[in-house]
Parts: sequence; structure tokens; C-alpha cells
Amino acid sequence: MTETLSMPHPQLSAIAIEKAYRKDKHKVPVLRGIDVDVQKAEFLSIVGQSGSGKSTLMHLFGLLDSPDIGEIQLEGQRIDDLPDHARDQIRNRVFGFIFQFYHLLPELNLLENVLSPLMIRYSTWEYWKQKKKFREDALEIIEKVGLSHRIKHRPSEMSGGEMQRAAIARALIAKPQILLADEPTGNLDSSTGKEIMNLLTNLNEQEQLTIIMVTHDNSIAAQAHRTVRLLEGQIEVLGKSHATSVPA
Amino acid sequence: MYKSLLCLRYLRTRYIALASIISMTLGVATMIVVNSVMDGFSTDMRTRLRGILADVIVETNSLDGEPVTKDIKNSIQRAIGDDIAGMTETVEIYAMLSVQYGSQWQSKPVTLIGIDPETKATVGPLAQYLEHTKDNDIPNWELSPEAMAYRKEWTTRAQWMVERWNHNPPPIEQNEQVSFEEPVESSEPLPAPKFANESETASPFDQTPKPKGTHKANPTANPFGEDLKVSAFEEKEERDPSSPLPGRVYIGYGLVSFPYEDPETGKTETFQIVKPGDDVKISTVTAGQPPEPTHFNATVVDLFKSNMSEHDSSLVFCNLEYLQEMRGMIGGGEKSITSIQIKLKRPEDAAMVVSKLEEALPASKFRVRTWEDKQGPLLAAVEVESAILNVLLFLIIAVAGFGILAIFFMITIEKTRDIGVLKALGASSNGIMSIFLSYGLALGLVGSGVGVIVGLLFVRYINEIEKAITWITGRKVFDQRIYYFPEISTHVNPMMVFWVAIGAMVIAVLASILPARKAARFHPVESLRYE
Repeated sequence: MTETLSMPHPQLSAIAIEKAYRKDKHKVPVLRGIDVDVQKAEFLSIVGQSGSGKSTLMHLFGLLDSPDIGEIQLEGQRIDDLPDHARDQIRNRVFGFIFQFYHLLPELNLLENVLSPLMIRYSTWEYWKQKKKFREDALEIIEKVGLSHRIKHRPSEMSGGEMQRAAIARALIAKPQILLADEPTGNLDSSTGKEIMNLLTNLNEQEQLTIIMVTHDNSIAAQAHRTVRLLEGQIEVLGKSHATSVPA
Repeated sequence: MYKSLLCLRYLRTRYIALASIISMTLGVATMIVVNSVMDGFSTDMRTRLRGILADVIVETNSLDGEPVTKDIKNSIQRAIGDDIAGMTETVEIYAMLSVQYGSQWQSKPVTLIGIDPETKATVGPLAQYLEHTKDNDIPNWELSPEAMAYRKEWTTRAQWMVERWNHNPPPIEQNEQVSFEEPVESSEPLPAPKFANESETASPFDQTPKPKGTHKANPTANPFGEDLKVSAFEEKEERDPSSPLPGRVYIGYGLVSFPYEDPETGKTETFQIVKPGDDVKISTVTAGQPPEPTHFNATVVDLFKSNMSEHDSSLVFCNLEYLQEMRGMIGGGEKSITSIQIKLKRPEDAAMVVSKLEEALPASKFRVRTWEDKQGPLLAAVEVESAILNVLLFLIIAVAGFGILAIFFMITIEKTRDIGVLKALGASSNGIMSIFLSYGLALGLVGSGVGVIVGLLFVRYINEIEKAITWITGRKVFDQRIYYFPEISTHVNPMMVFWVAIGAMVIAVLASILPARKAARFHPVESLRYE
């Protein structure tokens, strides 16, 4: 942790982020000046009540949305103002996404779902040239998440826990630098949720994968190195005037 | 890669989209069927028209004709000598054809064409159209042995009838129809036929026109006429009445045959009232001013059947010299004709040949046309009909396009969250758009592909299908009595099939552009939150 903090730039930074949604003529502020730095191999949890802006912050980190004011920086480089195709590439190569409702593609089986980021990254010809290698990588990751017996199954034929593990496998296939998990256990029972958390913790510890996890469950958040707590679009002040983080 | 994979999966799993292209399939199939039938109709008609007319026709401006002088022949030879593959001279004139069936006379307007069969065969496939002439034979004016035997039989019977009639005139009181029964050996006088009026009593052998006012004739008069002239019995002292008359004709099949539906079998049968060997009466006008009516009897040598009902029910071909003689077109050692039909070595040069001939021949006497010019209105009508049908049918496919548009919008809404996921995984907006565009293209491919197969199968078995529909509905779909051809003829033009299929696919892709653009513009966050 000390080593990572001594790096010249945090791996991912949100600097003075402001974001509001507009409904008709009404402006609903969601994030009101957020500064968060995430170091390499850090496991950061973002907690807060519903509507506190935690999912929005994660979407801004993952370039799914753009801030109204402020910057998102990757390794010290601003990335939120990049053109669309560059943002698409960063999403594909740098980030891995895990969603509360898994969001697997229902028409594809498990193996195809896991391979989908690679299908998106490469042209048909390039994909076919490396198909065998990709398939081996995918099978390895699927084995790691314990779903080897399910590779031909469609999402509709799997349980919630299996689908979330499949989603994790999909997020890992592209060898991302940062994993963005939006309530990864939110739709699972406690024991399955625990399995998923173990999987994420192992990935963070063994493969030094940076994880940013959004959750509203304090016990889940407690498993991260550090927790950022949001309240009405701001980092919650805990005794300090501008505390950016609380120790895990 | 993901685009084609998802596109294929959508194709396999979204049956509602397949339902949307049924109308496209039907539209494509209908267009192929209609075009093939119209094309078949047009091709057959052109072949037959051309078979009868030849490539280029030189016509005289007057029905009186023009003598074919050496000058004219030389002019034609000089102008287009190298291009000529065959040439024939004809006389074409309107006429009335009268044929007798039982005791009734039937008269019909016809186009009488005097031809020389040998040269006529060099400009078109005349032998193919003659019922009793083999395709390879050169047609001539001689009766076939069968026709001769038939002629001998009926002339013998008729001669006997005339003799008996003359011998025993019928009593006034008797009111019986003429009976052509076999002669029986009896010393008793034959029952005399009685006729309601003179017109019914006219003899098929009565050639001489009667003076006006004689048609209310004495019913006891010999119905065959007192002075039988240019008939089977003309010069009966000198010639065998069973030998054919000097006038010989090929008669259009449709003029002397009548299709009817057999009430027992339900099939269309043909009832024929004239056979080769029979005599018919032809009335026309002489050349010269003013035209005078003239008529003559002629022996039917063969029946002309081009299977184009307009020709079969209007054309009568006659031996050229006899027609010229009857119309008074022979004089000063020269014979007049009304048209020269020319077959070209290269039919595609027809337009050039026409312009050369127009220069070579005096415009005051002759006009030169290609067969297409001559049949212009008919051919143009078919083309216009075909074009209108194509526009209407293409509208069906356009309507199918709107169906695809609506269903695609539904599918993009249904797939909103998946679109968000794909974007989160790094898919570009263009990538998302191309998923739906290729989906539209795939639907178009399937729709038009199935349409092409269905259409071609329909065309292949169209006559069987027509029979089946006729059997099911009990109503004839294709009535041979109405149309030009005995069965539905089709011609599949591969380029037409290609363009129809391409057109359908383009419509499918165009219809998917709007939904695809909408899908591409979905905001990833909103898409992921979409419930």
C-alpha cells in the first residue's frame, strides 16, 4: 500500500467531479465536487444510500458517462474528454465491468458471453486467427470462477450466483487493469454473495487487480482496503473538513 | 465478430422478425411470378408475331398493291442485298370467310394473305404452324392423302345428293331438314329437305352471286343452284369434282374450331367444323377503283395454328397467284403485291435496313417497317402492363419494409439493456448500428431468398397450380378461350430475379437504418438502467 501511494500518479482519479441530470427544465445534481484517487492494486469500495451518486461516480470512472465539471484521469492522463472511439477502446481494454443484474447477453452461451469483450476488440479475421488461444484463455478463466460445467449454457439456464461468476469471467477475459463492480452481490443471497466477494478479494490479492466496488452494504464494503462514503453527492465528512477516504 | 454472431442469434431467436418478412417473401415471389408470366407471354408473343411477319416488312400504301417491277427488285437488292436471308411477296387484304356447318353458314371477317409457301417458309417458320404438315417439310398447296380421301368421300356424297335432288324435286308440303345420310338403294324418291329461307338453302357449291331480289326464292328451287360454277362441281363435265379447287387456303385454327367445356369430364374440348379437304367461300374486293366485291371458293389444305389466338382466329393464307387473279392484280405481264416480307441475316440490323429501304424505295408507294413497329401497340401494351404491375408489386415490398421498420423498433427497445452492456464492454456506436443493419440485411436475404425459391417453384409448376386452383374453386383461372396461348407460358429472366431480390434486400436494409441509428444513439447508462 505504501509503495502504491508513493507512485507519481494514482492509477485512476476523479478530480472535482460534478454531475447533474436534467429532467425537462429541472436540474438534479447528483455529484457535487468529488475527488477520489484510486491506487494500483487497491480494492476501493464506494458506499452510500440510494441516490447518493455512487453508481454515477462508477459510471464516470468507467467512461460510460461524462462529468459536467471535473476530470477523470488514468495514470495522470485525462480520459473523460477523449473522442468516442478512444473511450470505447479504454472501456474494452482498461476496465472490466460487473453489474448487479449480471447483464449477460441472453442470446449467447456462457463461453460466448465470456469471449464477447475479445469479439468486440478484434475484427472477425483477427479473432478467427486467435480463436483457439482466446478459447483456451476463456476456459481457464471459466474454470477459475468454477463454471467449467456450464460453458454451453445460456444465462437463462444458470442461477444468479453462476451468472455473476460468468460476468466476472467476462470482465477478466480482456485482462483489464481496473475492475468496476456495481453492487456485485446486491442480487445474491448472503452465502453466494460471500463466494463472489472471496473471488474478488482473491483477484485483488493474487493478481493485483484494482477493484472499485459500489455497494450499499457496509459489511461487504468492509472487505475492501478503503471505503469512500457518499452522501448526497459529496464525500461524507467524518470529522475532517474534506476527508476523501476512511480507512477500511 | 460480435456483430455477425449477435445478428445470427437474433435471426434464430426473434421469430417475430421473421414474421415481418413474410410479406417481403410474398412480394418477391409475386414479382417473380408476374414478371415471368408477363415475360413468357411477351416472349412467346414476339416469337409468334415475328414468325408470321418476318424482320422487315415493305408495304404498299394502297390495298391495290404495286407491281413488283425489276426496278423495285433491283432497288431492294442494291440497298440491302447482303443482309437478306429470305424474302417473300404477299398480298394482304381484308375478306369474309364463309364456312358451312350442317345447314348453317357462318361468316367471319378475316385477314386474307396471299402467299407463296416456299418463299414464305424462308422468312418464318410457317410449317411449324400448320397442323398437318411436318415441321421439316416445305409447305405447299397440295392436299395430303388423308385430306384427298376425305374430300373424295364427301364430294361423292354431295354429288349424289345433287343428282337426286335434281331428279326428284321436293314437294312443297314437306317440312324436314336436309339429311346427309348415306345413300340407300331405293327406288322411292328421297325425302326432300325444306328450308326456312333462301339464305339457309345456299349451297356450299354455289359460287355465282345471285342477282339482287332473288333471295326470296321459290322453296322448290334447287338449293344448290341451277348453274353451279366455281365449286367442286364447276366444269363437272371436264374435271373430277373430288379434285381440289384452284383456290387453296390454310385457315386459322380458331376460325373453324370452337372450344367448349365437356359437361361430363369438365375438360376443354375443341369442336372443329372444317377439315383439310373441305371447301370454304371467301369474299373480298378487287384491286382498282372503285373496289368491287368478288368471291371465290377455295379448298382447305391445312389448318394454321400458331397458338396465338389473335392470329389463329383472323388469318387465312391463300395461294398468291390465285388471289392476285381473283383480285385482278395481274396485268401487263406483272403481278401486283401489297407487301414484301424480308428476313435478315442479322435481325438486330432491322432499323438500319429499314432506313436503307426507305431511301431506296419511293415513299409515295411503299412504307417500310420492322415487325416490331407494325405490332407496336400490342407490344407496347404488354410492356406498359408489365411496368405498372411491377410498380404495384414493388409497393407490396415497400409495405413489408414498413413492417420491418416497426418490428425493428420493438426489437431495439427490447434490446436496450443489451446495447448498454455492449457499449460498456467497449462496442462502438457504429458497431451497434451495424448489428441492426446486418440484421436487416440478413432478414432481407432470408425474405428475398425464400421469395425467390417460392417464386421460381411457382413459375416451374404454374400450370399444375392453375389446374389445382381450378379444381378447388371449380372456376377456370386460365381460360384458353380468352388468352392467346393454350397454357401459361413463362420465361424467367435471371437479371429480373436478381434485381427483385436486391431491391427487397435494399428495402430491408433501408427499413432497419432508423432503428439501428436509434440503437446506436442509446446512452449506455440509460440503457443499463432500462427496465
